[in-house]
Amino acid sequence: MTEIIAITMPKWGLTMTEGKVLGWLKHEGAVVAANDELLEIETSKITNIMEAGEAGTVRRIVAPEGATLPIGGLLAVLAPAEIAEADIETFIASFVPPESAEAEADEGDAPALQEITVGDHRLRHLELGNGEGPPVVFIHGFGADLNTWMFNQPALAERHRTFALDLPGHGGSTKTLQDASTRMFTRDLDLFLGALGVNRVHIVGHSMGGAIALALADWQPERVASLTLIASAGLGSEINAVFIGGFVKMERRRDAQQALRLLVHDPDSVSRAMVEDVLRYKRLDGATAALNQIAAEWFPNGRQRESFQLAQMTIPVQIIWGREDQIIPVTHAEALQGRVPVHILDNAGHLPHMERAAEVNRLIAAFVAP
Amino acid sequence: MPQKSIRQALNEALAQEMRRDPTVIVIGEDVAGGAGSEGQRDAYGGVLGVTKGLIGEFGEARVIDTPITESAIMGAAAGAAVTGLRPVAELMFSDFLGVCFDQIFNQAAKFRYMFGGKAKTPLVIRTMIGAGRSAAAQHSQSPYHIFTSVPGLKCVVPSNAYDAKGLLIQAIRDDDPVIFCEHKLMYDLRAEVPDEPYTIPFGEANIVRDGDDVTVVALSRMVHYATTAAGELEKDGIEIDLIDPRTTSPLDEDTILESVERTGRLVIVDEATPRCSIATDVAALVADKAFGALKAPIRRVTAPHTPVPFAPDLEKLYIPSPEKIAAAVREIYGYGK
Repeated sequence: MTEIIAITMPKWGLTMTEGKVLGWLKHEGAVVAANDELLEIETSKITNIMEAGEAGTVRRIVAPEGATLPIGGLLAVLAPAEIAEADIETFIASFVPPESAEAEADEGDAPALQEITVGDHRLRHLELGNGEGPPVVFIHGFGADLNTWMFNQPALAERHRTFALDLPGHGGSTKTLQDASTRMFTRDLDLFLGALGVNRVHIVGHSMGGAIALALADWQPERVASLTLIASAGLGSEINAVFIGGFVKMERRRDAQQALRLLVHDPDSVSRAMVEDVLRYKRLDGATAALNQIAAEWFPNGRQRESFQLAQMTIPVQIIWGREDQIIPVTHAEALQGRVPVHILDNAGHLPHMERAAEVNRLIAAFVAP
Repeated sequence: MPQKSIRQALNEALAQEMRRDPTVIVIGEDVAGGAGSEGQRDAYGGVLGVTKGLIGEFGEARVIDTPITESAIMGAAAGAAVTGLRPVAELMFSDFLGVCFDQIFNQAAKFRYMFGGKAKTPLVIRTMIGAGRSAAAQHSQSPYHIFTSVPGLKCVVPSNAYDAKGLLIQAIRDDDPVIFCEHKLMYDLRAEVPDEPYTIPFGEANIVRDGDDVTVVALSRMVHYATTAAGELEKDGIEIDLIDPRTTSPLDEDTILESVERTGRLVIVDEATPRCSIATDVAALVADKAFGALKAPIRRVTAPHTPVPFAPDLEKLYIPSPEKIAAAVREIYGYGK
C-alpha cells in the first residue's frame, strides 16, 4: 500500500450532520490494522467508536480532541511510513471533502422515511441499499424506534437491501392499539413484508423485537432466512421490571436520563439529545398508553410472558449479547452456548448494536452473507 | 420530519385540539380570519394568521369573532371556561392587558380558589409580546412577568415551533388559566414539528446547549440571541449552559439551580424591563438557593427601565443584543481570575 488515506467524519444515522472528537485511541505514529479502534466520536445520540477501514500508520491527527466536524471533514491521515512528511502536508492542505459527503450531510438528499398502512396501523419505515438475496429487516425493542439501528442499517445496506420499521405503538407508527399481543405484532410484520412484496428475509431483532422475530419464525418459518437476536426477549423469563416501569412512567428529563442510563455499559455515553429524542416520542398522544398496554401484555408481574424453544427451529440463529446487560440478563445467552452461535461482547450493556456497533455489524454481515 | 413555522405549529395545535374535544372554542378580534374585499371569509386567517382555516372547519359557534373590546373577550372566555368550555381567547397585543386585567387578575385567576376548588377554569389566553417592529410603546411590550406574578395563572413563553405546538396543546388541556405569550418577530421561525399531537409538561426547562463555564437563562426570542452569543463565545473557549425555562409559571427551578451549582456563574437575558421581572426573579432564586456555588456576581441583560422607543435605532439599542449577552458572559467568566 503506497496510498495516503483520509480518515473522515462518518455519517451515522439519518439526522447526523456533524460529530465531535471525544478522544483519540491511537496516537500519531501508531501502526494500525484494519478494524483497530481509532477514536471516539460523539454524535447527537450516543458516543461511538470509529475503526480503521484499512491498515496503515497514523501520520497526522488533524482534528484534535474536542473538535466538531461536519460529515466528510478530515479527522486524520493514514499512510505508510515511507511517504514523506511534505506529501502528507500537501495532502492535508489540498483535502476537499468529497461532493457526496456534503450532499449527504444536506438533509434534502437524505433517504426518506416512508409509511405503509397495514390493517388499521400506519407503519413508518426506512429502506436502504440494494443487493442479491433476502433483504435484512431490523426490528427494534420496547420503547425504541428505527433510529436504534443508526449505526447498523447503513453498514448492512452496503451489500443488502435493508428495512427498519417502527413497530405499532412506537416512533412514527400508529399509537392506538386494539391489541398488544405477540400475534398482533407478527401479523403486522407479515402484512408489512407482504405489502413490500418481500417473501424471505433475514431478521435482526433487538430485545422485544427479537421475541417478535422468534414468533414470526415459529409461525411462518418459510419467511425467515436467518435470525440475529440481540439482547433478545423470549429466551427466558427475567426482565428488569424497574426499567420497564420507569420507562412507561417517565415524563421528564431527569427520569428519562435515569432509565436510559440502565441501557448502556457506560452511563455517560447517553447524551442529552438521546434523552430528548426519547422524550419527544413519549410526549406524543397515545405513546404512553401504547407502552402501558404492551408492558401489561408482554411483561406481566415483571416477568416475560413468552419463551421460545430454539431447539425446535430449523432456521439459522445467532445470539449477540452485552456482558453488562442490566435489562435482560446475559445468562439467557449463556444458556444457549454450544447449541447456536453465541457472541457475548464485553463493554456493552443492553444496546450492543450501538455500544459495539462495528463488531455487531461484522457478526450480522457474516451471518447473512450468501 | 416536517419543518413548520411557529404560526403553522400553533394553527395545527388549535385545529387538532378542536377536532379532539368539542368543548374547545376560539374567541377574539378577527379570529374568523377577516372578510376580504369580495366579502369572502377567512381572507387573512386572522391578524396573526394563526387561526386560518378554523372558521371553515369548525363554524361560527366555535370560532367567535368579537368587537374590539378586550374586557368582553376575556370576560366571556373566563365565564365560558368556568361553565364547561375550553376557550382559547386571543388578546392580540399583550399591551392591551390594561383594559381586561380585572377579568384575568381578579376573576379567571381566582375562581378555583374562591370556589373552594369546586370550579376549574380551563382558559388559554394567546397574546403577542416583543419589540423590534417599531410598533411603539403601546404595542411592543413583554409583560409576561406581570402574568407570572399572579397566583392562579400559568405563563408560557415558547421560543421555537416544536415547543409552541406541544405547550399550546398542554395549555388547552390544562384546567387552570394559562397565558400563552407569542413573540411577534418569531411567527415565521421554523423547526421540526411532528404531525401528531403531543404535549410538553409545564415547569420543565429546555437545555438548549451544554456548557460548564457560565449558565445563561434566556426566554422567547432572547434564546436565539443567546445562541448567537454562544457561537461567538465558543471561539474563545467559553462554553455556556443555555437554559430556556419555556414556562415562567411554573418555573423549573431545579434545572437552573443544578446548572449554576456546576458553573458558579449566571447571566439572565430578558427582553422585558428590568424591575420586578423574570430576570430579577431568577437572580433572587439563585441568590437564595445557590449562593454558596456562585463564583461571580449575577448579571442581568435586559431592556432599560423605559417605554419601548419608536425610533428604529433607539429600539435596537433597547433590546438586548447578542453582543451585550457575550459581553456580560465574558465579564463574569473573567471575574476573579
